[in-house]
Formats: sequence, structure tokens, C-alpha cells
Amino acid sequence: MIDFQGYGPRLLEGALLTLELAVLSLLVAVVLGLVTASARLSRLAVLRLPAIIYTVIIRGVPDLVLMLLLFYGAQIGINQITDMIYDRWGWDIFINIDPFVAGVITIGLIFGAYMAETFRGAFLAVDQGQIEAAESFGMSPWLLFRHIRFPLMMRHALPGLGNNWMVLLKTTALVSIIGLSDMVRVAAEATRATHQTFLFMIPVALGYLAITSLSEIGMQWLKKRYNAGFEEAS
Amino acid sequence: MADASIPLIVSDIHKRFGSNEVLKGISLEAKKGDVITLIGASGSGKSTFLRCMNLLERPDSGDILVHGEPISFRQTRHGREPADRSQLQRIRTRLSMVFQSFNLWAHMTLIANVIEAPVYVRGIPKARAMEQGMALLERVGLADRAHYYPAQLSGGQQQRGAIARALAMEPEVMLFDEPTSALDPELVGDVLKVMRELADEGRTMIVVTHEMDFARDVSNQVVYLHQGMVEEQGHPSEVLNHPSSPRLQQFLAPRGR
Repeated sequence: MIDFQGYGPRLLEGALLTLELAVLSLLVAVVLGLVTASARLSRLAVLRLPAIIYTVIIRGVPDLVLMLLLFYGAQIGINQITDMIYDRWGWDIFINIDPFVAGVITIGLIFGAYMAETFRGAFLAVDQGQIEAAESFGMSPWLLFRHIRFPLMMRHALPGLGNNWMVLLKTTALVSIIGLSDMVRVAAEATRATHQTFLFMIPVALGYLAITSLSEIGMQWLKKRYNAGFEEAS
Repeated sequence: MADASIPLIVSDIHKRFGSNEVLKGISLEAKKGDVITLIGASGSGKSTFLRCMNLLERPDSGDILVHGEPISFRQTRHGREPADRSQLQRIRTRLSMVFQSFNLWAHMTLIANVIEAPVYVRGIPKARAMEQGMALLERVGLADRAHYYPAQLSGGQQQRGAIARALAMEPEVMLFDEPTSALDPELVGDVLKVMRELADEGRTMIVVTHEMDFARDVSNQVVYLHQGMVEEQGHPSEVLNHPSSPRLQQFLAPRGR
């Protein structure tokens, strides 16, 4: 058994935190990506414009800068508002941004923009005739989305989606700078204290590899599900 | 209020794409059991006209009445739009369309295609929809293909499946948009046979087609469109055998002579 010099349990906790953060951020990113992609494809400029601004800004600014900006910037903004409320009405409110929530929101926000581009291309690849058929049978927009547009789109989105997920997972390492003890931060602390880089960093690398390898199984399952009906005619 | 016994009345439909006016005021009345064929050269507006009937294209002006109920419109910045989405959806369930390119949903099996709208739009219990759906597939000769995906079927099978899907809605009027134009010649016959049977059992059908034999033998009214207007219409024995307009005479003349 390898001796992690007392850091073993914290490393495991860090790995779990990484996983939680990644999965929740993915959820936020997918929902945000779907909404943004739909907005960008809308006929209405009031929906299109904010979606374009969002994707342009997020994709053009480094993740690290966004993370610092959102975490510290949002806290400063909230403090100013609560100060103002205190000055004016005397109510003493204290809101502290939880680093975990901030991490999920930030990573979700960043990858929502990338997902939006993936979904946008995939929506455009759907055969318009099948959408028209659904409309002609009186489907509501929401039913049409759930039963026709979304499943047909997913087949085209999956490769990009899988890629985004891998990058997202690795981006979670950035949360250590806003004070979250993910596995990278724990390993970095341990390395500083013990000067044994390999002892801590190799398990971390393997941890990421394990998660990405496991997601490959999930991707295969999704691929099978959304490719049904598209294999060569038998 | 118009006569509620008439399944579909469209009157004075205008439609323009940019500066190109493709429909210049076309009207049509489909009584119960009518089989109306729309013929004309490509670009005459016949498909656009058909697609206006279930609002896949929004007509710029003109009225559409389904069993006397007019579809309500409102003017928006993007042009004239249906005013009431739930009315539009309800009316669309009564006009089933069969498309040139079949447009079966590729991610669903044939039977899933057939029961989709009955179950999720009309709210029919799944077991009953399955039963009815299988009976319809039996009718169009595809019972043994119920669990195939569209990509595993020939064009003719897909189109017969699409007809079963349209029938499953128990529509008042069936709209056919060049249903045989995308098919290999040897597959056309099976599809036309199914359509003849539907006509024989008294279904109200409006068919955009290039199949003159079908127009002559099956329909009770032929409408010849030319450049977005009705050039000639009437019973096929009149219109097709004794066309009065020179353009229709030319259109019907055997090619290559």
C-alpha cells in the first residue's frame, strides 16, 4: 500500500469534489447551452443579440480571468448592495458567495457558451422536413422540442458534447484558486509540505484519467441511444 | 359564418416571397369526399398553395376555414401570423399532410411514428393507439415492418408508412404534397394504390401531383395552376380531355413530340 502520509482521505474528498463540481457544472452548461443556442436561432433579435454577446465574451476571455472576475467581482457587487441597504434602511444583511456554488456557476457559464455553439450547429443539421411534419400534426413547440428536435439534434451534438465535457472536467482544477479543496489543490498542498511531487500528482492524473475513461462508457451509451435508426439499412 | 359541413374552404390566398408573388389570389373548396388534384408546372405555386392550407407557409392574405371555423390571424412585424397557437394546433390535427420526402421521424420506428401524434397530441391511450396503428400498417401492407426504422425501409414503404401516420390522426382532410415524386418508378404504383383506396372509401383529399392518370381516374376535380393563379378547373374528364386554355393544352401535350 502506498503511504500518502496522512493526505489519503483528503485526496479522496478532493476527487469527490472534483466529480461533483464537474457533473453539476455540466448540467448548468447543457441547460444554458440549449437555451442560448435556441435564442441564437430565434427570429427575434431581442433573443439573438444577448445570446451572441454572451458567447462572444465568454469564448474570448480566459477561463481563469472569468473565474476571478465572477467570484470576487460578484462578492464585491453584493457587498456594495448590502452596504447600501444598511446605510439606507439599517438592515444588516450578510451574503457570502459559497465557493462551491460560485465554481459551479462560473464553469457552467463558461461551458454554456461552448455548448451553445455545439448545439447551434447540431440544431441546424436537423432535417427541416421532419420538423415540418411535427408541426403539421399539431405538435406544440415544447412537445416538438422534446420528442423530435432534441433527439434528432443530439446525434449531431454528441461528438462536440463529449469533447466539451473532457475540457470542462479539467477546467474544474481552476477552482482551487477560489479556495475549494479539489484534488489538485490537496495534492499541491501535500507536495509543498512533503516535496514528493510524483507521490501526489500521479494519483491525481490517474484520477482524471479514470473519470474520463468512465465517461467514455457513458458516451458510448448515448451514442447508441441517439444513433438508433441511423445505422445502415439492414 | 360559413357552412360548417364543408371540411375545408380556402379563399383568395396571396403569398409572396420577397418581391416574387407566388400565389395571386387562389380559392378552393373541398366538400366531404372530394378528391381534388392540383396540377401545374414547377413554380406554378401548387405546393406553396397546399402548404398554406395547414399554415406551413403563412399566407399574406386570404382566409382558411375548417368546418366553418376560420383560422384567426394577426399582423406582426414578421408578417401575418396565426393569432391563436392552440387553435392552429387543433386545426392542424384535422388536416394531415403527406410530404414528398416522406419526413418520417428518423429516430423512431415505423409504429412509433404512427402513434406519436395520436398519443401525444390527441391524447389517445397508448394501447389503443398501438392497436389502431398496427391495423393501419396492415392496411398499407407494412405490418411486418412495424418495428423497422425509416432508414431500413424503401422509399415506397416509407411513403406508405407516412400515409398510415397521417391516417392515424383520423383527419377530415388529407393533404398530399407530390407524394410519388421522390419515388423510383417501380415503387410509385403501391403508393398510388393506397391513395386510390382512400379515395374510394370517401376520404376528402387534396393532392398535388404530376400523375395525370391518378388525376384523371381518381379525382373529381382538377385545378390547373399557372403562375400563381387558377388557369382552369373542373371535372377531370373536362379539364384533362378538353382543355380550353392553350397553356394547359401545352402542359398536357405528350413530351418529346
